[in-house]
Amino acid sequence: MKAHVWVMLKSTVLDPQGTAIQQALASLGHAAVRDVRQGKFFVLDLDNMDRAAAQSEVERIARDVLTNPVIEDFRFEIVEDAKPALAR
Amino acid sequence: MKIGIVVFPGSNCDHDAQHALSEILHTSAEFIWHQSPDLTGFDAVILPGGFAYGDYLRTGAIARFSPVMIAIARFVRCGGLVLGICNGFQILCEAGLLPGALMRNKGLRFVCRHLHIRVETTATPFTSAARPGQVLRVPIAHAEGNYVCDAATLAGLKHNNQIIFRYCTPDGRLNPATNPNGSLDAIAGICNRERNVMGMMPHPERAVEAALGSIDGLVVFRSLVQSLARQPAAAVS
Repeated sequence: MKAHVWVMLKSTVLDPQGTAIQQALASLGHAAVRDVRQGKFFVLDLDNMDRAAAQSEVERIARDVLTNPVIEDFRFEIVEDAKPALAR
Repeated sequence: MKIGIVVFPGSNCDHDAQHALSEILHTSAEFIWHQSPDLTGFDAVILPGGFAYGDYLRTGAIARFSPVMIAIARFVRCGGLVLGICNGFQILCEAGLLPGALMRNKGLRFVCRHLHIRVETTATPFTSAARPGQVLRVPIAHAEGNYVCDAATLAGLKHNNQIIFRYCTPDGRLNPATNPNGSLDAIAGICNRERNVMGMMPHPERAVEAALGSIDGLVVFRSLVQSLARQPAAAVS
């Protein structure tokens, strides 16, 4: 199973990189883009485990390591592998 | 008196800090490997500049889990003096030993140049040898020095006199144009409430002899050494 974790700067925190991207898009003629926020996306490949256990494990990882709570928020989802894992 | 300088994989200002202490101020300074869980025998600890763990994930985010950081948290609780410079400041924020965080510079670029900072308070063991309002000419060299915190934290920093340095003009005035990275309130350095932990983005260790273009950074190390000489060694571990 996998976990997908998204980490974004809090909406109250200015995002200088997002602003630069928005300005670049505007200069390329993409005038409809009002704002850009840049974030991080993590894919964690997990040992198969109980879904609830995976939820709490990933939440702990996201909160304690992947995110700086002063400036960032996160969300995550647990994704079952598309095919059943074959015996190794 | 012995001051420890922590070496993480990717630290690169550790030797400069040791040079400032041992060659210029004739004070014993030894390196501490980041795997060390023990600070016995050290009277103060410096977290030097650099790119610990390549700055992967976030600056300081992986370094804060090093064994030495558990020892440093204990050292801080016992009143030990800890100075974080540049990457060291970032690590102290990630570790929660200082409030706030250091984000990407507002201008997005790595900024490496000499500038001026104003000593906002001399009531710390790291600035006690300075004059109130003294302007120091010191270099910065960082891409993530944009200090941020929430409004309540900023109010607390001001109320408790925890803002130690602000970016300023050569004659000591605050001016938005002299803020090199977008830092909140032009903050260049802060301390914790207990005043035994300080973090600063500029590099005082790169301004300790005339050949380096400035000796203004010496006042930070001189303050530290004099403070240690004045007080009995903190009860460590």
